[in-house]
This record gives sequence, structure tokens and C-alpha cells, in this order.
Amino acid sequence: MKKKSKVPALITWIIIAAVYAGVFAAEQVLPATSMLFTVLKKGATYALVAVSMNLLNGFTGIFSLGQAGFMLIGAYVYGIFTIPVADRPVVYQYYDGGVIQFALPVVLALALAGLAAAFFAFLIGLPVLRLKSDYLAIATLGFAEIIRVIVQWNPMGPVTNGSNMLRLFPNFNDFNIRNAQGEVTVYLSTLIPFLISGVCIGLIVLLLNSGYGRALKSIRDDEIAAEAMGINLAHHKRLAFCISSFFAGIGGAMLAMYQTTVQAKFFTTAMTYEILLIVVIGGVGSVTGSVFSSFLFVAASEWWLRFLDEKQMIGSFEVPLLRNGFRLVVFSVIIMVVVLFFRRGIMGTKELPDLFRKKRKEEAEK
Amino acid sequence: MWNTIFPYLLSGVSVGGQYALIAIGYTMVYGILRLINFAHGDVFMVAGIVMVYIAASGLPLWVCIPAVLLITAAVGFIIERVAYKPLRSAPRMSAMISAIGVSYTLQNLVLYITGGLNKQYPTIPGISNSIQIGGATTKVVTVITPVLVILLVAALVTLINKTKIGMAMRAVSKDFETAQLMGIKINSVISTTFVIGSFLAGVGSVLYFTNYPTVIQTSGAMPGLKAFVAAVFGGIGSIPGAVIGAFIIGIMENIIKGLDVILFKAGVIAKPLGLAIFSDAFTFALLIVILVVKPTGLFGEKTTDKV
Repeated sequence: MKKKSKVPALITWIIIAAVYAGVFAAEQVLPATSMLFTVLKKGATYALVAVSMNLLNGFTGIFSLGQAGFMLIGAYVYGIFTIPVADRPVVYQYYDGGVIQFALPVVLALALAGLAAAFFAFLIGLPVLRLKSDYLAIATLGFAEIIRVIVQWNPMGPVTNGSNMLRLFPNFNDFNIRNAQGEVTVYLSTLIPFLISGVCIGLIVLLLNSGYGRALKSIRDDEIAAEAMGINLAHHKRLAFCISSFFAGIGGAMLAMYQTTVQAKFFTTAMTYEILLIVVIGGVGSVTGSVFSSFLFVAASEWWLRFLDEKQMIGSFEVPLLRNGFRLVVFSVIIMVVVLFFRRGIMGTKELPDLFRKKRKEEAEK
Repeated sequence: MWNTIFPYLLSGVSVGGQYALIAIGYTMVYGILRLINFAHGDVFMVAGIVMVYIAASGLPLWVCIPAVLLITAAVGFIIERVAYKPLRSAPRMSAMISAIGVSYTLQNLVLYITGGLNKQYPTIPGISNSIQIGGATTKVVTVITPVLVILLVAALVTLINKTKIGMAMRAVSKDFETAQLMGIKINSVISTTFVIGSFLAGVGSVLYFTNYPTVIQTSGAMPGLKAFVAAVFGGIGSIPGAVIGAFIIGIMENIIKGLDVILFKAGVIAKPLGLAIFSDAFTFALLIVILVVKPTGLFGEKTTDKV
């Protein structure tokens, strides 16, 4: 057997390193208010969430719609445990400062956010993972709705702040290094989400390339055959579900940092749908595709297509149809076109190194 | 005690009837295509919005309501042709994603048209009036809903059991491919199913929005999901099951909405616990319990998967 070429992997590493270097450099040079950084921060967050959803829907074949619920858990755990003690009376003004009177370091709180989401995934997975495709989708969706309500329930207020928002916890801007006068000397507020997201996605890729990953893919392709080959279905599905939720939890915590506030009412089914559509656009079963389409989706919706929501004049001609909400209509149409005619999405099931591999193969054939 | 519970029971029956009309659409489509039509709740919402705009144009109501029902049926037909038909041979997940895409599209379209504002549903004389029943004040629509639901379901069951198209529907839901080989025009059967489902959702929307008279692009999501739960509860594919499930869910939901008041008046609790916010969550908890305990629902048929 011919040994696999190491060149594609090398090119991939170079691209990744270049992206990180580019982000770091851009952040030092461009003004911090640039739209680019909003897109990059949110894109990095969505990339992690989309990849974690792809781990379930694309690689294991479990059609779960509970993503928003797990993100909510992550966001709340992060918020609850990192609000500085001094700020708690302000945040929990209706609940006498809340019951939790300590704050954890950010890294620990992030891990805890993931673990809490994974724990709930384990609990809900016990009954739900026995279900078949579409029933499972609805059951996980229902679970997300239940979580959202429980968090807002008044008696939970001393912990979750009820239906009021959590705020004043450390956000991305707090990662910037400042000098004694409070001026920013090194900007890190975009690089840090890239690093968190990058490490997490890296871990997911490692998992997918391991024996476990192959087992998960075989479950996706044919459950019964996989079981016949000695793969413990229940165990592997539970594992995938918990790991996916773990990273969704971290993604939720990152979303909290990005938004600087957390409120349960934003973690709706619509958010899950949005992430699902990102996964579909990127290609169900491709990590690279999910990452790429997250940035594309965020950039298009927050930045490039903004002009569709405002009146535009070309000379003295007013472009018709353009007004608030048109952007979303255009978006929906693009998504429907992808879903109906380009079912493989941007990347299909290919990854970044495959792109270089294929070209080389073609060259060799010539 | 009875006086406290009765009003909640009454609105429960009413809402339950409205869910039933939506649930039939879910259950019929699932029975034939094995597809959860996530967009069905949004079709229901579109029916509401269409009514708002048609009524605003000044047409008399006896023209408006049939027009709304026709347009809703047409919307259902178009959705099936555009979004589901091309995916008939694709994996089930693709069709489900397409359904989610349609739901997203419909919501965004309505958001664009209405500007994201709450729209006031027109008052329909006759059924919006208040009446007194057993010491509780309610709208006439509360009483009409269950009667209308029973009539429509009876008509639908007759259609399915006695007519040729009904027989074709049953055949398609039993075995898709064999039915096709027997010369049944699958596409027209599926279209008919969507038209009937959307028509009933249209009727449901007239009744529902008379009770809760504001329409916004997300109005269909919750009733849609609940109707789906009702369909699963009753055993998906079974029309009487969906109706009974919907009534049970409607009643339970309203009882929970009033649970604080009921328990307080009964002297069980000293102060309100804010349990009313669990009225939606309860439906989903019920769903999970049902799926785990009896996945086929109350009246569902048992199926086995073969390799």
C-alpha cells in the first residue's frame, strides 16, 4: 500500500497558521470597532456550535434539534459562575444578590459550562436516544423548550436570575491586554475566541479520526450492520450525544461572551434551525464545511447583506423591494436553493486536506 | 371548586379543538410521506396573516373566510410541489431539513410583509360574541370549535373510508411503492393530502385567532409543535388519535395555566408558584414520556424496521 502523502496535511496546517496570524495582525492594525471583528468573533462561536451539531447529525446520524438548549445551559453556567461577586447585587437585584457568592476563573467556568451541558445530555439521552430519527428530533427540540422554561421559572431566580438577563461577566473584550492607564496594548479579543474554538474543533477532529469516530460513521451509514459488527449502539450514541453537547455548552458560553449578556428567551428553536441550516450549507458530514459556512453565514447576515434592509438608490432610481426584513427573505431563498439543488452543500463530505489531495491525484493521472 | 376549574376546562376544550385541526394535517402527511412537516404550523400562521390582509381590503366576511381557506390550501399545495416533491427519493433527513427551510422561509416572508409587527385579527361577528355557560363567560367560538371539529373529522373519516381518493390515500400510507405499481397516481394523492391538511389548518386558524387575536410571524410555531405532539400522542397516522390527543393536550395545558389559582383556592398552596409558565413545557415533557413508554401513541400501529 502506498503511503499517504504528507503534503496536503502540511498545506492545511500552513493555512490554519496563516489564518491565526492574519487574525492577530488584523486586530492590531484595524480599528477595534470594525465590522470584521464582530463577524470573526460570532463566526468562531457559531463554527464550534455548528461542528458540534455536525458531529451528531452528520457523522453519527442522530438528528438532534436540542442544540439551543445545550447552548443555553452552557451560557447560563458560564454567566452564573463568572459574574464578579461585587457586581452580583446589581445583576441579581430582584433576588437579593443571588445565592452563589463566588466567581470562578474563566477557563474553569468554560469547562464547567461544557460539563453541565454534557451532564444534561446524558440525563436526557437515557430515554431519548432510544428513539428513531424524527421522533428523536422532536424530543430533543422539546427538551430545549423545557430547559428554557425552567431557567426562567421564578423560584429558580436566586440562581438563574429568572427571566432577567445575566450580565457583567467577563466577555471577549476583557482578554485585551491593557497597560496601567487602561489603554489596550495588545488586542486579543478576536484571537481568544479563535483559540477556544480552534482547540475544541481540533479535539472533535481527533475524535472523528479515531476508532470511535469510525464507529460513529458506521452507525450513521447502517445502524443494524454496525451493531452486527459488534459496535455497542447505545454506548456510542450516548458518547456522541454527550460530547456534542459538551462542545455546544462551550459554544453557548462563547456566545454569552460575544453578546455580553445572556437571556433565556433568545435561545429558541429558531436558533437551532439557524445552526442546522449552517451545517447543511457547509455540507452535512464535513467539519471544514461547517466552519467555512459559519463565517459565511455570519458575514452575510451581519455585514454583507445588510444593505438589503435599507433603501438603496442607484442614481435617482430607488431599488424596489428593499426594506426591513428583505435580507432574511433573500437568505431563506438561498437556503432553500441549497437544500433543494445543492444537497451536498459547499464541501459535501470533504475536508480541507482532501482539496489538495484530489488535485494531486488528478495531476498524477495525467 | 368546580367554578374555579370550569373556565379553564372550557378554554382547554376550545384550544384542543383548534390544535386538533392542525394535528390532522401533521398526522396525514406523516402517515403518507413519513415526514414531519415542520412548516405546517407556519401554514397555519400564514392563514392568519392572509385573513388580516384580506379583511383589511374591505371584502365582506362571507367572501373572506372561503378565500382564506382556498389560499391556505393553495399554499400547502405549492409547498409540497416546490419543497418536498423534488426530494421524494432523497434520505428522510433531507426532506426534514427542507421542511425546516420552508418554515424559516415562510416566517421570514411574513416578517418582511408585516414589518415584524403584531397584526390585529379581524373580529368575526357571531363567533366573537361573549356568552355565559355554567357560570363562566366565554366567546361563542369556544362552543362552536368542538362541534365543528367533530363534524369535520366525521366528514374526513368518511372521505378516507368511502371514496376512491380515500382508498388511494390508505393504500399509499400502507405501502408507497406497491401503491404506485398498482396505478395509483402518488403525486395527486400526496397533493390532496396537503390540500386537506392545509385547509383544516386554515379552519383552525380562523377559530384560534378569534380567541387570541394577534398574529405575528412566530404565531404558528408553538401551536404547530403542540399539534404535532398531539399527533404523536394519539398515534401518528391515526386521525381519531390526533383529535383525542389534541383535546387532552389542550385541556391539560389550560389546567396548568390555572393551576396556581386552582391550588390556591383549594388551600393546597399559600402563595402562587408561577406554575403557569410550565404550560408549554408540560406538553413536551408529555411527549418525551409518551415516546419512551409507548412510542406508537394511543392508537398507532406497530411497525418493525427491516434491514
